[in-house]
Amino acid sequence: MTRILQLKNLTKIFPGNVTAVNNVSMSMEEGEFITLLGPSGCGKTTILRMIGGFEYPDLGSVFLDGSDITDTPPYERPVNMMFQDFALFPHLSVAGNIGYGLRISGVKGRNVERQVGEMLDLIDLPGLENRLPSELSNGQRQRVALARALVRKPRILLLDEPMSALDAKLRQSMQVELLELHEKIGITFIMVTHDQTEAMVMSDRIMVMRDGMIEQIGTPTELYDQPGTPYVADFLGQSNMLLATVTQNESGRLVARLGELEIDVTDASIVSDIAEKVTICIRPEKVRLINLARDDLSGMETFEGNVQQVLYSGHAIYFTIALGQDTNIKLHHPLDTTLETAVIPVKGEQVTCGVPTSTITVFPR
Amino acid sequence: MKQHTRNIRNFWLLFTGPAIWWSLVLLVPYLIMLMISFYTRKFPFHVPDFQFGNYVKLIEDPQYYLVLFRSIKIAFLVGVTAFLISYPLAYCLARKISSDRWRLLLYVATIIPLWVSYLLRAYTWKTILGSEGILNSFLMWTGVIQEPSTFFLYNQFAMVITMAYIFTPFMVMPVYASLEKIPSSLIEASKDLGANRVSTFLKITLPLSMPGVLAGFTFTFCLSAGDFISPTLVGGPYSNMVANVVATQFGIAMNWPLGSALGIVLLFIVLAVITLSDRLERAGRINLA
Amino acid sequence: MAIGIAAASALGFLYGPIITLMIFSFNDNPITKLPLTGWTLEWYYKALTNPDLLAALWNSVIVAAAAVVICLAIGIPTAFALDRFDFRGKTIFRRLVILPITLPGIITGVSILAFFSMMGVRLSLWTVIVGHGTALTAIVVTNVFARLQRFDRRIEEASADIGARPWQTFIFITLPNIRSAVIGSSLIAFTVSFDEIPVTYFLTGRDNTLPMYIWSVVRRGITPEINAIGTIIVVFSMVLIFVSVLMIYDGRQDTPTGRRN
Repeated sequence: MTRILQLKNLTKIFPGNVTAVNNVSMSMEEGEFITLLGPSGCGKTTILRMIGGFEYPDLGSVFLDGSDITDTPPYERPVNMMFQDFALFPHLSVAGNIGYGLRISGVKGRNVERQVGEMLDLIDLPGLENRLPSELSNGQRQRVALARALVRKPRILLLDEPMSALDAKLRQSMQVELLELHEKIGITFIMVTHDQTEAMVMSDRIMVMRDGMIEQIGTPTELYDQPGTPYVADFLGQSNMLLATVTQNESGRLVARLGELEIDVTDASIVSDIAEKVTICIRPEKVRLINLARDDLSGMETFEGNVQQVLYSGHAIYFTIALGQDTNIKLHHPLDTTLETAVIPVKGEQVTCGVPTSTITVFPR
Repeated sequence: MKQHTRNIRNFWLLFTGPAIWWSLVLLVPYLIMLMISFYTRKFPFHVPDFQFGNYVKLIEDPQYYLVLFRSIKIAFLVGVTAFLISYPLAYCLARKISSDRWRLLLYVATIIPLWVSYLLRAYTWKTILGSEGILNSFLMWTGVIQEPSTFFLYNQFAMVITMAYIFTPFMVMPVYASLEKIPSSLIEASKDLGANRVSTFLKITLPLSMPGVLAGFTFTFCLSAGDFISPTLVGGPYSNMVANVVATQFGIAMNWPLGSALGIVLLFIVLAVITLSDRLERAGRINLA
Repeated sequence: MAIGIAAASALGFLYGPIITLMIFSFNDNPITKLPLTGWTLEWYYKALTNPDLLAALWNSVIVAAAAVVICLAIGIPTAFALDRFDFRGKTIFRRLVILPITLPGIITGVSILAFFSMMGVRLSLWTVIVGHGTALTAIVVTNVFARLQRFDRRIEEASADIGARPWQTFIFITLPNIRSAVIGSSLIAFTVSFDEIPVTYFLTGRDNTLPMYIWSVVRRGITPEINAIGTIIVVFSMVLIFVSVLMIYDGRQDTPTGRRN
């Protein structure tokens, strides 16, 4: 795979001294599906717009296939964008919108018609050539915007929060369709979103951003199982974040203390050098309700607690367990055959929980 | 080319023509007028100079400052009259008509006279108010009076009516706009808390519509103060307004310096009124959202 | 109910004089007074065969057309400059551009007269055209600017994204979408030019425009021909304005009356 895009020291400062993008560098391989993920205001959209040519960096450069395109206007870049609110031309029909880019580049009438027809088939909207954007549903508009961006066969397709205008059901089917489209066409997709589930489902790699800087880049699995910072651990999926102090006990083992609770974290995933004060991250779905008599406890840390809340969610039950004075821990227990309904703990009950030590991540504070 | 440079180049490509035009037709003429106002009158024309004599004359000679006061007074009366006529109309349009189509239709109907010849609309009042005019013949025909009355025409009364007539649509537009922005929930809340219709109107609706009233009044005032058509057509011997005097100075009287000075004074009065109204509007601005 | 009556009276007040003008243009009696005596088209005939009036009418058409061209050529770039760019002195510039329609017309007229006289330019229809251009461009600027503010710039970005150069984007995407504001404000400017007096009064040379002609006649007294030509002008402008207002608010979801059209 070849390197298709490189961002070097990209910085963008908006009026009012707002640093939207702060010295961001990264590169992308051809054919990747990469997502820029973060809350609003973290700079992800600004970076996308700098790749597309709609914003110009104050510092740094953008390289496409090795050439510096930092100052190239958008109409000279082989990069196309699917805009968040679709930005369809209201006065042109579906065919007019899709064919626009072709006509601009001088393609003759019949060729345009043919390619527009092919596009309409690709996005599964045959027969709608003459409709106006105002006559289409949201889902249809999105496809037209997609087709319009793809018809010129760009090197990179940029997607700006592509699902934000769709309702939940449509969103899911659209995610699958986009993935299939990516596989079919094979070009590089760069997507911006604040929805971490979406990012994890669709991407080859995710770039988590925070306050204009990259927090961590990696595959969804890497980010989820080996988060580099508490921020990433908390942003992707859910986490219990517990504040503790770590000391070495007489046998040389590292023990984290929160209140009266003690957890042996020697075999946990420890990020960088251990300081005394730490944040412990435990994923709720890794915590189990344990029957001390029956279950195999090897590799696990256990603790006692009192059930505070039981929330039934169809496919799982969410427990909140109080472990001590101020410490609560969330536990997601899947509803499968291993939990008989008669045995579901109720509020106020005392239970034992266990979590495999290897799934605990410890961050210095 | 760097994007920054490209932006600047684009801007000047776009703006050079207009910039030259605006400087030549607005900026420069105003400055020239200002300059001439300091010249001295010397038969048959005027000579370059820098003296305040013209302005002094405006302040000292009653012929001139009376005209200024009269213009301000008339403009004020016109504003008030236009307000009284247009407010009920705007109110009805904004709050009483439920059909969207009718509302648009009536609104357009109110606005149209605005664009129909100003001169002709002033002229019609000449035909209506004259001693041989329509109003008089109507009153005689119905026996209310025996002889034609000269009361109606060629005086300040006629001017105020004529100008109020012409500027009413100017008032309706902003008043309508501000009345329309008032959320119905505020009116309902007022009634819910015990205020009757009159009370609600005086305490809630009227104050909240003030920005529009202010805007309309200012506009009407400024345009009336500088009008010379109505005074000439339906005014009388004692109805000269500022604009008439300026026209004379630039016409028969051949006193351009004095005329310019008067023009500058008029300009400042109008600018002052606009600024004042701007400040008032900003000070009393209530966020209805 | 009382409000309704007051409103209806106001509307009646607005149209009353116009309607009387129209009625009396058909009246037999050369003196405009009640009672109505008879029906005639004589005044229309006299008005439309009057050579001075026809010449003035033609002059007005030329002036209005030329003024509209200036308004568009200057006004559209000005509106774009105000909408798209930030520059030093922008606020002052914006106020300056609006001045001609907020200040009394005589100030514009007198100042330009002073300018021309200093340059040694003789008064003619050309000076009138310049005066109209100055006074009326603000109409185009405000309308086009307002339309640009509501304009979704993303579609321009989308156009650039798929390869259109700036001039192509302007012609194929921007212009069609602000068309209604451009045409509507042109029509309004045309109509206003037809009726313009204060600026014209100071800048007219030998050739009269229609309002200047009517002004000279009307100052002396009321004539029935004026009723006739007045009616024609009134009807013509009403139609023109009706059309242009509908154009400006065409497709707009926020009409002046608030809700969807």
